[in-house]
Amino acid sequence: MADEVLLSAKNLVKRFGGLAAVNDVSVDLWRGRIHAVIGPNGAGKSTLTNLLSGDLPPTTGSIHLGDQDITGRSPERISRAGLGRSYQKTNIFLPFTVWENVRLASQSRAQHAASWLRRATGYAGTNERAEKAITLAGLEHRRDAVAGTISHGEQRQLEIAMTLATEPQVLLLDEPLAGMGTAEAERMVALLQRLKEAHAIMLVEHDMDAVFALADRLTVMVNGQVIASGTPEQVRNDAGVQAAYLGEEERS
Amino acid sequence: MSAAKSHLEVLPRSLQLLLVLGVFALAAFPFVSTDFYASMMARMMILAIFAMSLDLLQGVTGLVSLGHAAFFGIGGYFLSLVSSDSGTVSLWWTLPGAVLASAFFAAVIGFFVVRTHGIYFIMVTMAFAQMLFYLVFDNKEIGLFGLSLRLGGSDGVYINLKPDAALFDLENKKVFYFFTLGSLVLVYLFLRRVLWSPFGRVLAGIRVNEHRMRALGYGTFGYKLAAFTLGGGIAGLAGYLWGAQTGFVNPELMGFHMSAHAIMMVILGGMGNFAGAIVGAFAFEYLLHLFKDLPDIGGFRAGKHWQLWMGLFIVLVVAFAPRGLLGLAERVLRGKEKHHG
Repeated sequence: MADEVLLSAKNLVKRFGGLAAVNDVSVDLWRGRIHAVIGPNGAGKSTLTNLLSGDLPPTTGSIHLGDQDITGRSPERISRAGLGRSYQKTNIFLPFTVWENVRLASQSRAQHAASWLRRATGYAGTNERAEKAITLAGLEHRRDAVAGTISHGEQRQLEIAMTLATEPQVLLLDEPLAGMGTAEAERMVALLQRLKEAHAIMLVEHDMDAVFALADRLTVMVNGQVIASGTPEQVRNDAGVQAAYLGEEERS
Repeated sequence: MSAAKSHLEVLPRSLQLLLVLGVFALAAFPFVSTDFYASMMARMMILAIFAMSLDLLQGVTGLVSLGHAAFFGIGGYFLSLVSSDSGTVSLWWTLPGAVLASAFFAAVIGFFVVRTHGIYFIMVTMAFAQMLFYLVFDNKEIGLFGLSLRLGGSDGVYINLKPDAALFDLENKKVFYFFTLGSLVLVYLFLRRVLWSPFGRVLAGIRVNEHRMRALGYGTFGYKLAAFTLGGGIAGLAGYLWGAQTGFVNPELMGFHMSAHAIMMVILGGMGNFAGAIVGAFAFEYLLHLFKDLPDIGGFRAGKHWQLWMGLFIVLVVAFAPRGLLGLAERVLRGKEKHHG
Protein backbone atom coordinates (compact mmCIF):
# COMPACT_ATOMS: atom_id res chain seq x y z
CA MET A 1 0.00 0.00 0.00
CA ALA A 2 1.56 3.23 -1.13
CA ASP A 3 1.96 5.85 1.52
CA GLU A 4 -0.23 8.83 0.83
CA VAL A 5 -1.57 11.87 2.64
CA LEU A 6 -5.10 11.02 3.80
CA LEU A 7 -5.79 14.13 5.82
CA SER A 8 -4.34 17.52 5.24
CA ALA A 9 -5.09 20.53 7.44
CA LYS A 10 -3.74 23.92 6.44
CA ASN A 11 -3.30 27.01 8.59
CA LEU A 12 -6.03 26.13 11.07
CA VAL A 13 -7.03 28.88 13.48
CA LYS A 14 -9.62 28.59 16.23
CA ARG A 15 -10.40 31.65 18.27
CA PHE A 16 -12.58 31.70 21.39
CA GLY A 17 -13.20 35.41 21.82
CA GLY A 18 -9.74 36.99 21.94
CA LEU A 19 -7.93 33.73 22.70
CA ALA A 20 -6.47 31.72 19.82
CA ALA A 21 -6.65 28.16 21.13
CA VAL A 22 -5.23 26.90 17.86
CA ASN A 23 -3.12 29.38 15.93
CA ASP A 24 -2.00 28.67 12.37
CA VAL A 25 -1.50 24.93 12.68
CA SER A 26 -0.94 22.71 9.65
CA VAL A 27 -0.81 18.90 9.79
CA ASP A 28 -0.54 16.15 7.18
CA LEU A 29 -1.54 12.64 8.19
CA TRP A 30 -0.13 9.80 6.08
CA ARG A 31 -1.37 6.28 5.75
CA GLY A 32 1.08 4.01 7.49
CA ARG A 33 2.36 6.68 9.86
CA ILE A 34 1.56 7.72 13.38
CA HIS A 35 1.71 11.45 13.86
CA ALA A 36 1.94 12.31 17.53
CA VAL A 37 0.93 15.70 18.87
CA ILE A 38 2.37 16.59 22.24
CA GLY A 39 2.41 19.65 24.42
CA PRO A 40 1.54 20.81 27.91
CA ASN A 41 -2.05 21.10 29.11
CA GLY A 42 -3.88 23.92 27.38
CA ALA A 43 -1.60 23.78 24.34
CA GLY A 44 -4.61 23.31 22.03
CA LYS A 45 -4.17 19.60 21.25
CA SER A 46 -7.75 18.66 22.02
CA THR A 47 -9.06 21.73 20.22
CA LEU A 48 -7.04 20.68 17.17
CA THR A 49 -8.62 17.22 17.35
CA ASN A 50 -12.06 18.78 17.64
CA LEU A 51 -11.40 20.93 14.58
CA LEU A 52 -10.36 17.94 12.49
CA SER A 53 -13.35 15.85 13.59
CA GLY A 54 -15.89 18.62 13.03
CA ASP A 55 -16.87 18.93 16.69
CA LEU A 56 -15.76 22.55 16.35
CA PRO A 57 -15.70 24.63 13.14
CA PRO A 58 -12.36 26.34 12.47
CA THR A 59 -12.28 30.13 12.46
CA THR A 60 -10.02 30.05 9.40
CA GLY A 61 -8.02 27.43 7.56
CA SER A 62 -8.95 24.37 5.54
CA ILE A 63 -9.14 20.61 6.05
CA HIS A 64 -9.07 18.02 3.28
CA LEU A 65 -9.87 14.35 3.79
CA GLY A 66 -8.68 12.46 0.72
CA ASP A 67 -9.77 14.73 -2.11
CA GLN A 68 -12.79 16.10 -0.24
CA ASP A 69 -12.87 19.51 1.40
CA ILE A 70 -14.40 18.80 4.82
CA THR A 71 -13.84 22.25 6.33
CA GLY A 72 -16.80 23.23 8.49
CA ARG A 73 -18.72 20.01 7.86
CA SER A 74 -20.77 18.38 10.62
CA PRO A 75 -19.15 15.59 12.69
CA GLU A 76 -21.49 12.96 11.23
CA ARG A 77 -20.57 13.82 7.65
CA ILE A 78 -16.87 13.84 8.48
CA SER A 79 -17.29 10.48 10.19
CA ARG A 80 -18.99 9.06 7.11
CA ALA A 81 -16.22 10.47 4.92
CA GLY A 82 -13.82 8.14 6.75
CA LEU A 83 -12.55 9.84 9.87
CA GLY A 84 -12.91 8.20 13.27
CA ARG A 85 -11.96 9.66 16.61
CA SER A 86 -11.75 8.65 20.21
CA TYR A 87 -12.23 11.02 23.12
CA GLN A 88 -9.96 12.13 25.91
CA LYS A 89 -12.81 11.78 28.38
CA THR A 90 -14.34 8.38 27.81
CA ASN A 91 -17.38 8.96 25.64
CA ILE A 92 -19.32 5.72 25.36
CA PHE A 93 -22.85 4.47 25.94
CA LEU A 94 -22.58 3.57 29.63
CA PRO A 95 -25.91 1.75 30.04
CA PHE A 96 -25.36 -0.49 26.98
CA THR A 97 -23.30 -3.66 26.88
CA VAL A 98 -19.81 -3.58 25.38
CA TRP A 99 -21.14 -5.51 22.41
CA GLU A 100 -24.04 -3.10 21.83
CA ASN A 101 -21.66 -0.12 21.98
CA VAL A 102 -19.55 -1.58 19.21
CA ARG A 103 -22.49 -2.96 17.24
CA LEU A 104 -24.13 0.48 17.23
CA ALA A 105 -20.90 2.01 15.96
CA SER A 106 -20.68 -0.63 13.25
CA GLN A 107 -24.32 -0.16 12.28
CA SER A 108 -23.57 3.45 11.34
CA ARG A 109 -21.82 2.12 8.21
CA ALA A 110 -24.77 0.00 7.10
CA GLN A 111 -27.56 0.73 4.65
CA HIS A 112 -30.12 -0.69 7.05
CA ALA A 113 -29.35 1.75 9.87
CA ALA A 114 -32.82 3.27 9.60
CA SER A 115 -34.74 0.05 9.07
CA TRP A 116 -37.73 -0.33 11.40
CA LEU A 117 -39.02 -3.80 11.64
CA ARG A 118 -36.17 -6.29 11.70
CA ARG A 119 -34.12 -7.05 14.76
CA ALA A 120 -31.01 -4.92 14.94
CA THR A 121 -28.87 -7.89 15.96
CA GLY A 122 -29.68 -9.92 12.84
CA TYR A 123 -27.45 -8.21 10.28
CA ALA A 124 -24.41 -10.29 9.39
CA GLY A 125 -22.29 -7.48 7.92
CA THR A 126 -22.78 -5.21 10.92
CA ASN A 127 -22.06 -8.05 13.35
CA GLU A 128 -18.89 -9.08 11.52
CA ARG A 129 -17.55 -5.54 11.55
CA ALA A 130 -18.31 -5.24 15.26
CA GLU A 131 -16.77 -8.64 15.97
CA LYS A 132 -13.58 -7.67 14.16
CA ALA A 133 -13.28 -4.37 16.04
CA ILE A 134 -13.95 -5.93 19.43
CA THR A 135 -11.32 -8.62 18.78
CA LEU A 136 -8.76 -6.09 17.58
CA ALA A 137 -9.27 -4.05 20.75
CA GLY A 138 -9.01 -7.21 22.85
CA LEU A 139 -12.41 -7.00 24.50
CA GLU A 140 -13.98 -10.33 23.47
CA HIS A 141 -14.07 -11.55 27.05
CA ARG A 142 -16.05 -8.48 28.14
CA ARG A 143 -18.59 -8.33 25.34
CA ASP A 144 -21.64 -8.95 27.52
CA ALA A 145 -20.59 -6.65 30.34
CA VAL A 146 -22.36 -3.32 30.74
CA ALA A 147 -20.02 -0.56 29.58
CA GLY A 148 -20.52 1.44 32.77
CA THR A 149 -19.25 -1.43 34.91
CA ILE A 150 -15.96 -2.30 33.18
CA SER A 151 -12.60 -0.91 34.28
CA HIS A 152 -11.33 2.44 33.13
CA GLY A 153 -8.70 0.82 30.93
CA GLU A 154 -11.31 -1.41 29.32
CA GLN A 155 -13.48 1.62 28.66
CA ARG A 156 -10.51 3.18 26.84
CA GLN A 157 -10.23 0.00 24.76
CA LEU A 158 -13.95 0.15 24.07
CA GLU A 159 -13.55 3.73 22.89
CA ILE A 160 -11.03 2.46 20.30
CA ALA A 161 -13.17 -0.55 19.37
CA MET A 162 -16.13 1.73 18.61
CA THR A 163 -13.99 3.98 16.49
CA LEU A 164 -12.58 0.98 14.59
CA ALA A 165 -16.05 -0.44 13.99
CA THR A 166 -16.80 2.55 11.77
CA GLU A 167 -13.88 1.45 9.54
CA PRO A 168 -12.19 4.83 9.31
CA GLN A 169 -9.22 5.66 7.09
CA VAL A 170 -8.01 8.34 9.47
CA LEU A 171 -7.90 7.83 13.23
CA LEU A 172 -7.68 10.67 15.72
CA LEU A 173 -6.86 9.29 19.15
CA ASP A 174 -7.06 11.74 22.02
CA GLU A 175 -4.97 10.33 24.89
CA PRO A 176 -5.89 6.68 24.45
CA LEU A 177 -3.46 5.69 27.22
CA ALA A 178 -4.75 8.12 29.83
CA GLY A 179 -5.30 6.36 33.14
CA MET A 180 -4.24 2.93 31.88
CA GLY A 181 -2.14 0.47 33.86
CA THR A 182 1.23 -0.66 32.48
CA ALA A 183 -0.02 -3.93 31.01
CA GLU A 184 -3.05 -2.27 29.42
CA ALA A 185 -0.86 0.51 28.04
CA GLU A 186 1.47 -2.06 26.47
CA ARG A 187 -1.46 -3.80 24.80
CA MET A 188 -2.69 -0.48 23.44
CA VAL A 189 0.75 0.41 22.08
CA ALA A 190 0.88 -2.97 20.34
CA LEU A 191 -2.61 -2.39 18.92
CA LEU A 192 -1.67 1.03 17.55
CA GLN A 193 1.40 -0.51 15.91
CA ARG A 194 -0.86 -2.97 14.15
CA LEU A 195 -3.41 -0.34 13.11
CA LYS A 196 -0.76 1.93 11.67
CA GLU A 197 -0.32 -0.04 8.48
CA ALA A 198 -3.80 0.55 7.12
CA HIS A 199 -4.61 3.88 8.76
CA ALA A 200 -3.40 7.43 9.05
CA ILE A 201 -3.22 8.05 12.78
CA MET A 202 -2.96 11.22 14.80
CA LEU A 203 -2.08 10.48 18.40
CA VAL A 204 -2.45 13.05 21.15
CA GLU A 205 -0.65 11.63 24.16
CA HIS A 206 1.12 12.61 27.37
CA ASP A 207 2.91 9.30 27.88
CA MET A 208 6.33 10.13 26.36
CA ASP A 209 7.53 6.52 26.36
CA ALA A 210 4.58 5.55 24.21
CA VAL A 211 4.96 8.60 21.99
CA PHE A 212 8.61 7.92 21.23
CA ALA A 213 7.90 4.20 20.79
CA LEU A 214 5.13 4.84 18.28
CA ALA A 215 5.50 8.15 16.51
CA ASP A 216 6.86 8.50 13.01
CA ARG A 217 6.25 12.23 13.06
CA LEU A 218 5.97 14.52 16.03
CA THR A 219 4.40 17.94 16.41
CA VAL A 220 4.92 19.96 19.57
CA MET A 221 2.31 22.54 20.48
CA VAL A 222 2.55 25.29 23.07
CA ASN A 223 -0.11 27.96 23.58
CA GLY A 224 -1.96 27.03 20.40
CA GLN A 225 1.12 27.20 18.20
CA VAL A 226 3.42 24.62 16.68
CA ILE A 227 6.90 25.19 18.06
CA ALA A 228 8.47 22.16 16.39
CA SER A 229 7.53 19.47 13.94
CA GLY A 230 9.54 16.64 12.44
CA THR A 231 10.81 13.14 13.17
CA PRO A 232 11.12 12.18 16.85
CA GLU A 233 14.93 12.55 16.55
CA GLN A 234 14.69 16.08 15.18
CA VAL A 235 12.21 17.10 17.84
CA ARG A 236 14.17 15.51 20.66
CA ASN A 237 17.23 17.54 19.71
CA ASP A 238 15.33 20.78 19.18
CA ALA A 239 16.63 23.32 21.69
CA GLY A 240 13.37 25.24 21.77
CA VAL A 241 11.38 22.13 22.59
CA GLN A 242 13.77 21.11 25.33
CA ALA A 243 13.44 24.49 26.95
CA ALA A 244 9.70 24.74 26.55
CA TYR A 245 8.49 21.27 27.19
CA LEU A 246 10.58 18.15 27.31
CA GLY A 247 13.01 19.52 29.87
CA GLU A 248 10.16 20.45 32.12
CA GLU A 249 8.72 16.96 31.92
CA GLU A 250 12.00 15.42 33.01
CA ARG A 251 12.38 17.73 35.94
CA SER A 252 8.93 17.06 37.26
CA MET B 1 -25.80 -2.14 36.72
CA SER B 2 -28.79 -0.06 37.66
CA ALA B 3 -28.27 2.18 34.66
CA ALA B 4 -28.60 -0.73 32.28
CA LYS B 5 -31.83 -1.91 33.76
CA SER B 6 -33.23 1.51 34.47
CA HIS B 7 -35.33 1.44 31.33
CA LEU B 8 -36.36 -2.20 31.54
CA GLU B 9 -35.96 -2.41 27.79
CA VAL B 10 -35.69 -6.16 28.19
CA LEU B 11 -38.82 -7.22 30.04
CA PRO B 12 -38.21 -10.19 32.35
CA ARG B 13 -40.41 -13.25 31.85
CA SER B 14 -42.40 -12.50 34.98
CA LEU B 15 -43.43 -9.10 33.63
CA GLN B 16 -44.24 -10.51 30.20
CA LEU B 17 -46.51 -13.01 31.88
CA LEU B 18 -48.12 -10.19 33.84
CA LEU B 19 -48.80 -8.32 30.59
CA VAL B 20 -50.40 -11.36 28.99
CA LEU B 21 -52.59 -11.80 32.07
CA GLY B 22 -53.48 -8.13 31.77
CA VAL B 23 -54.66 -8.63 28.19
CA PHE B 24 -56.83 -11.56 29.28
CA ALA B 25 -58.25 -9.47 32.11
CA LEU B 26 -59.05 -6.66 29.67
CA ALA B 27 -60.69 -9.14 27.30
CA ALA B 28 -62.87 -10.53 30.09
CA PHE B 29 -63.74 -7.15 31.55
CA PRO B 30 -66.79 -6.20 29.40
CA PHE B 31 -68.42 -9.54 30.22
CA VAL B 32 -68.20 -9.09 33.95
CA SER B 33 -68.81 -5.36 34.13
CA THR B 34 -71.35 -2.75 33.09
CA ASP B 35 -71.30 -0.75 29.86
CA PHE B 36 -70.40 2.33 31.85
CA TYR B 37 -67.20 0.82 33.23
CA ALA B 38 -66.37 -0.89 29.95
CA SER B 39 -66.51 2.49 28.22
CA MET B 40 -64.28 3.94 30.88
CA MET B 41 -61.85 1.08 30.35
CA ALA B 42 -61.91 1.63 26.58
CA ARG B 43 -60.95 5.27 27.14
CA MET B 44 -58.10 4.16 29.39
CA MET B 45 -56.84 1.88 26.64
CA ILE B 46 -56.94 4.78 24.19
CA LEU B 47 -54.94 6.93 26.59
CA ALA B 48 -52.50 4.03 26.96
CA ILE B 49 -51.92 4.14 23.18
CA PHE B 50 -51.38 7.89 23.47
CA ALA B 51 -48.93 7.41 26.36
CA MET B 52 -46.98 4.80 24.36
CA SER B 53 -46.67 7.23 21.44
CA LEU B 54 -45.13 9.77 23.82
CA ASP B 55 -42.86 7.12 25.35
CA LEU B 56 -41.23 6.65 21.95
CA LEU B 57 -40.07 10.26 22.23
CA GLN B 58 -39.65 10.66 25.98
CA GLY B 59 -38.45 7.28 27.20
CA VAL B 60 -36.70 5.91 24.12
CA THR B 61 -35.27 8.96 22.34
CA GLY B 62 -35.03 11.28 25.35
CA LEU B 63 -37.19 14.02 23.81
CA VAL B 64 -39.56 15.38 26.45
CA SER B 65 -42.39 16.95 24.49
CA LEU B 66 -44.85 19.17 26.28
CA GLY B 67 -47.00 19.49 23.19
CA HIS B 68 -47.70 15.90 22.27
CA ALA B 69 -51.46 16.32 22.76
CA ALA B 70 -51.52 18.45 19.61
CA PHE B 71 -51.29 15.27 17.54
CA PHE B 72 -53.86 13.49 19.71
CA GLY B 73 -56.20 16.40 19.01
CA ILE B 74 -55.48 16.43 15.29
CA GLY B 75 -56.46 12.75 15.06
CA GLY B 76 -59.75 13.47 16.81
CA TYR B 77 -60.50 16.60 14.80
CA PHE B 78 -59.69 14.79 11.57
CA LEU B 79 -62.53 12.38 12.33
CA SER B 80 -64.90 15.22 13.23
CA LEU B 81 -64.04 17.10 10.03
CA VAL B 82 -64.65 14.15 7.72
CA SER B 83 -67.76 12.98 9.60
CA SER B 84 -71.21 14.28 8.87
CA ASP B 85 -74.59 13.77 10.52
CA SER B 86 -76.16 12.54 7.29
CA GLY B 87 -74.21 9.31 6.93
CA THR B 88 -71.31 7.27 8.23
CA VAL B 89 -67.76 7.44 6.94
CA SER B 90 -65.64 4.38 6.35
CA LEU B 91 -63.17 3.45 9.06
CA TRP B 92 -60.80 2.08 6.44
CA TRP B 93 -59.82 5.42 4.99
CA THR B 94 -60.58 7.80 7.84
CA LEU B 95 -58.38 5.98 10.36
CA PRO B 96 -55.30 5.88 8.13
CA GLY B 97 -56.18 9.45 7.12
CA ALA B 98 -56.13 10.61 10.74
CA VAL B 99 -52.78 8.87 11.33
CA LEU B 100 -51.28 10.43 8.21
CA ALA B 101 -52.67 13.89 9.01
CA SER B 102 -51.19 13.79 12.52
CA ALA B 103 -47.91 12.41 11.21
CA PHE B 104 -47.81 15.18 8.60
CA PHE B 105 -48.30 17.90 11.23
CA ALA B 106 -45.71 16.18 13.42
CA ALA B 107 -43.22 16.13 10.54
CA VAL B 108 -43.72 19.84 9.84
CA ILE B 109 -43.55 20.86 13.52
CA GLY B 110 -40.76 18.35 14.15
CA PHE B 111 -38.69 19.91 11.39
CA PHE B 112 -38.42 23.01 13.56
CA VAL B 113 -38.42 21.58 17.07
CA VAL B 114 -36.06 18.60 16.95
CA ARG B 115 -33.17 20.97 16.26
CA THR B 116 -33.50 22.22 19.82
CA HIS B 117 -32.38 20.49 22.99
CA GLY B 118 -33.44 20.16 26.60
CA ILE B 119 -35.54 22.95 28.01
CA TYR B 120 -35.80 24.64 24.60
CA PHE B 121 -37.33 21.52 23.11
CA ILE B 122 -39.89 21.45 25.91
CA MET B 123 -40.76 25.10 25.34
CA VAL B 124 -41.09 25.01 21.56
CA THR B 125 -43.19 21.84 21.54
CA MET B 126 -45.50 23.51 24.03
CA ALA B 127 -45.61 26.69 21.95
CA PHE B 128 -46.61 24.82 18.78
CA ALA B 129 -49.30 22.89 20.64
CA GLN B 130 -50.68 26.09 22.15
CA MET B 131 -50.83 27.65 18.67
CA LEU B 132 -52.98 24.75 17.46
CA PHE B 133 -55.04 24.85 20.65
CA TYR B 134 -55.93 28.50 20.18
CA LEU B 135 -56.50 28.08 16.48
CA VAL B 136 -59.25 25.60 17.32
CA PHE B 137 -60.39 27.33 20.53
CA ASP B 138 -60.96 30.71 18.84
CA ASN B 139 -62.50 29.58 15.56
CA LYS B 140 -65.92 28.08 15.06
CA GLU B 141 -65.05 27.67 11.44
CA ILE B 142 -62.11 28.40 9.22
CA GLY B 143 -61.90 28.58 5.45
CA LEU B 144 -59.14 26.70 3.70
CA PHE B 145 -58.81 26.54 -0.10
CA GLY B 146 -62.53 27.30 -0.44
CA LEU B 147 -63.41 24.53 2.02
CA SER B 148 -65.13 25.49 5.22
CA LEU B 149 -63.75 23.52 8.19
CA ARG B 150 -66.09 23.25 11.17
CA LEU B 151 -63.89 23.40 14.26
CA GLY B 152 -66.59 24.28 16.76
CA GLY B 153 -64.47 26.73 18.73
CA SER B 154 -64.28 26.29 22.49
CA ASP B 155 -67.54 24.30 22.47
CA GLY B 156 -66.10 21.45 20.43
CA VAL B 157 -67.90 19.30 17.89
CA TYR B 158 -70.12 16.25 18.28
CA ILE B 159 -69.45 13.16 16.21
CA ASN B 160 -72.82 11.48 16.20
CA LEU B 161 -72.07 8.42 14.13
CA LYS B 162 -69.24 5.95 14.66
CA PRO B 163 -67.09 5.18 11.60
CA ASP B 164 -68.37 2.32 9.46
CA ALA B 165 -66.03 -0.68 9.50
CA ALA B 166 -68.16 -2.82 7.14
CA LEU B 167 -66.84 -6.07 8.67
CA PHE B 168 -68.02 -5.29 12.20
CA ASP B 169 -70.30 -2.79 13.86
CA LEU B 170 -68.51 -0.16 15.93
CA GLU B 171 -71.82 1.21 17.22
CA ASN B 172 -71.92 -1.94 19.32
CA LYS B 173 -70.11 -1.03 22.54
CA LYS B 174 -68.48 -4.43 22.98
CA VAL B 175 -67.23 -4.45 19.41
CA PHE B 176 -65.74 -1.01 19.86
CA TYR B 177 -64.14 -2.16 23.09
CA PHE B 178 -62.44 -5.08 21.39
CA PHE B 179 -61.43 -2.92 18.43
CA THR B 180 -59.68 -0.63 20.94
CA LEU B 181 -58.07 -3.55 22.75
CA GLY B 182 -56.84 -4.92 19.41
CA SER B 183 -55.36 -1.52 18.53
CA LEU B 184 -53.63 -1.35 21.91
CA VAL B 185 -52.03 -4.76 21.49
CA LEU B 186 -50.98 -4.10 17.88
CA VAL B 187 -49.47 -0.69 18.68
CA TYR B 188 -47.59 -2.24 21.61
CA LEU B 189 -46.20 -5.09 19.51
CA PHE B 190 -45.31 -2.68 16.70
CA LEU B 191 -43.46 -0.30 19.03
CA ARG B 192 -41.63 -3.15 20.78
CA ARG B 193 -40.46 -4.28 17.37
CA VAL B 194 -39.33 -0.78 16.48
CA LEU B 195 -37.49 -0.59 19.83
CA TRP B 196 -35.22 -3.51 18.87
CA SER B 197 -34.79 -2.56 15.21
CA PRO B 198 -31.69 -0.74 13.97
CA PHE B 199 -33.80 2.45 14.00
CA GLY B 200 -34.86 1.90 17.62
CA ARG B 201 -31.27 1.23 18.71
CA VAL B 202 -30.22 4.54 17.13
CA LEU B 203 -33.00 6.34 19.04
CA ALA B 204 -31.79 4.77 22.30
CA GLY B 205 -28.24 5.80 21.40
CA ILE B 206 -29.42 9.37 20.89
CA ARG B 207 -31.03 9.37 24.33
CA VAL B 208 -27.89 8.11 26.02
CA ASN B 209 -25.28 10.15 24.14
CA GLU B 210 -26.31 12.13 21.08
CA HIS B 211 -22.88 13.69 20.73
CA ARG B 212 -21.23 10.30 20.38
CA MET B 213 -23.87 9.18 17.88
CA ARG B 214 -22.96 12.10 15.64
CA ALA B 215 -19.25 11.32 15.98
CA LEU B 216 -20.09 7.77 14.85
CA GLY B 217 -21.65 9.18 11.70
CA TYR B 218 -25.35 9.19 12.54
CA GLY B 219 -27.32 12.17 11.23
CA THR B 220 -29.32 12.42 14.42
CA PHE B 221 -31.65 15.13 13.11
CA GLY B 222 -33.27 12.75 10.63
CA TYR B 223 -33.71 10.01 13.23
CA LYS B 224 -35.25 12.37 15.76
CA LEU B 225 -37.57 13.80 13.12
CA ALA B 226 -38.65 10.28 12.12
CA ALA B 227 -39.34 9.41 15.77
CA PHE B 228 -41.30 12.63 16.25
CA THR B 229 -43.35 11.91 13.11
CA LEU B 230 -44.02 8.30 14.09
CA GLY B 231 -44.97 9.32 17.63
CA GLY B 232 -47.28 12.01 16.21
CA GLY B 233 -48.96 9.50 13.89
CA ILE B 234 -49.66 7.04 16.71
CA ALA B 235 -50.94 9.87 18.92
CA GLY B 236 -53.26 10.69 16.02
CA LEU B 237 -54.53 7.11 16.01
CA ALA B 238 -55.31 7.44 19.72
CA GLY B 239 -57.05 10.78 19.14
CA TYR B 240 -59.14 9.28 16.35
CA LEU B 241 -60.25 6.44 18.61
CA TRP B 242 -61.00 8.95 21.37
CA GLY B 243 -63.19 11.02 19.05
CA ALA B 244 -65.01 7.92 17.86
CA GLN B 245 -65.41 6.46 21.35
CA THR B 246 -66.63 9.60 23.12
CA GLY B 247 -68.47 11.03 20.09
CA PHE B 248 -67.05 14.44 20.90
CA VAL B 249 -63.93 16.48 20.31
CA ASN B 250 -62.98 19.76 21.95
CA PRO B 251 -59.84 21.89 22.17
CA GLU B 252 -58.92 20.34 25.52
CA LEU B 253 -57.79 17.25 23.60
CA MET B 254 -54.78 19.22 22.34
CA GLY B 255 -54.45 21.31 25.47
CA PHE B 256 -51.55 21.71 27.83
CA HIS B 257 -53.12 19.50 30.48
CA MET B 258 -53.49 16.61 28.10
CA SER B 259 -49.78 16.82 27.19
CA ALA B 260 -48.75 17.09 30.82
CA HIS B 261 -50.92 14.13 31.83
CA ALA B 262 -49.29 12.00 29.16
CA ILE B 263 -45.84 12.86 30.53
CA MET B 264 -46.98 11.91 34.02
CA MET B 265 -48.43 8.61 32.76
CA VAL B 266 -45.12 7.67 31.18
CA ILE B 267 -43.14 8.62 34.29
CA LEU B 268 -45.63 6.92 36.60
CA GLY B 269 -45.51 3.63 34.72
CA GLY B 270 -41.82 3.63 33.83
CA MET B 271 -40.15 4.99 30.71
CA GLY B 272 -38.65 3.49 27.61
CA ASN B 273 -40.33 0.10 27.28
CA PHE B 274 -43.97 0.94 26.29
CA ALA B 275 -45.35 -1.55 28.83
CA GLY B 276 -44.72 1.05 31.52
CA ALA B 277 -46.63 3.66 29.54
CA ILE B 278 -49.66 1.36 29.45
CA VAL B 279 -49.44 0.67 33.17
CA GLY B 280 -48.97 4.38 33.81
CA ALA B 281 -51.99 5.38 31.75
CA PHE B 282 -54.26 2.93 33.58
CA ALA B 283 -52.85 3.88 36.98
CA PHE B 284 -53.14 7.61 36.28
CA GLU B 285 -56.74 7.40 35.13
CA TYR B 286 -57.72 5.08 37.96
CA LEU B 287 -56.13 7.35 40.56
CA LEU B 288 -57.74 10.37 38.95
CA HIS B 289 -61.18 8.87 39.48
CA LEU B 290 -60.23 7.74 42.97
CA PHE B 291 -58.96 11.17 44.02
CA LYS B 292 -61.88 13.02 42.43
CA ASP B 293 -64.28 10.96 44.55
CA LEU B 294 -62.56 11.78 47.82
CA PRO B 295 -65.05 13.05 50.39
CA ASP B 296 -64.97 16.49 51.98
CA ILE B 297 -62.83 16.50 55.09
CA GLY B 298 -64.01 19.12 57.58
CA GLY B 299 -65.07 21.55 54.87
CA PHE B 300 -61.96 20.90 52.79
CA ARG B 301 -63.09 19.58 49.44
CA ALA B 302 -60.46 16.86 49.01
CA GLY B 303 -62.00 15.58 45.77
CA LYS B 304 -61.94 18.97 44.05
CA HIS B 305 -58.22 19.24 44.70
CA TRP B 306 -57.37 15.86 43.13
CA GLN B 307 -54.33 17.36 41.44
CA LEU B 308 -52.78 17.84 44.86
CA TRP B 309 -53.00 14.11 45.65
CA MET B 310 -51.92 13.13 42.16
CA GLY B 311 -48.91 15.41 42.45
CA LEU B 312 -47.98 13.93 45.81
CA PHE B 313 -48.39 10.41 44.50
CA ILE B 314 -46.16 11.05 41.50
CA VAL B 315 -43.51 12.68 43.68
CA LEU B 316 -43.56 9.58 45.89
CA VAL B 317 -43.24 7.24 42.93
CA VAL B 318 -40.36 9.22 41.42
CA ALA B 319 -38.60 9.36 44.80
CA PHE B 320 -39.02 5.73 45.80
CA ALA B 321 -39.49 3.90 42.50
CA PRO B 322 -37.62 5.86 39.85
CA ARG B 323 -38.32 3.13 37.31
CA GLY B 324 -42.03 3.63 37.81
CA LEU B 325 -44.73 1.18 38.78
CA LEU B 326 -43.47 -1.37 36.28
CA GLY B 327 -40.00 -1.17 37.79
CA LEU B 328 -41.55 -1.61 41.22
CA ALA B 329 -43.42 -4.69 40.01
CA GLU B 330 -40.20 -6.06 38.55
CA ARG B 331 -38.43 -5.58 41.88
CA VAL B 332 -41.18 -7.34 43.80
CA LEU B 333 -41.32 -10.26 41.35
CA ARG B 334 -37.53 -10.60 41.32
CA GLY B 335 -37.49 -10.65 45.10
CA LYS B 336 -39.99 -13.50 45.11
CA GLU B 337 -37.95 -15.48 42.62
CA LYS B 338 -34.92 -15.18 44.89
CA HIS B 339 -36.89 -16.57 47.80
CA HIS B 340 -37.88 -19.57 45.74
CA GLY B 341 -34.33 -20.20 44.60
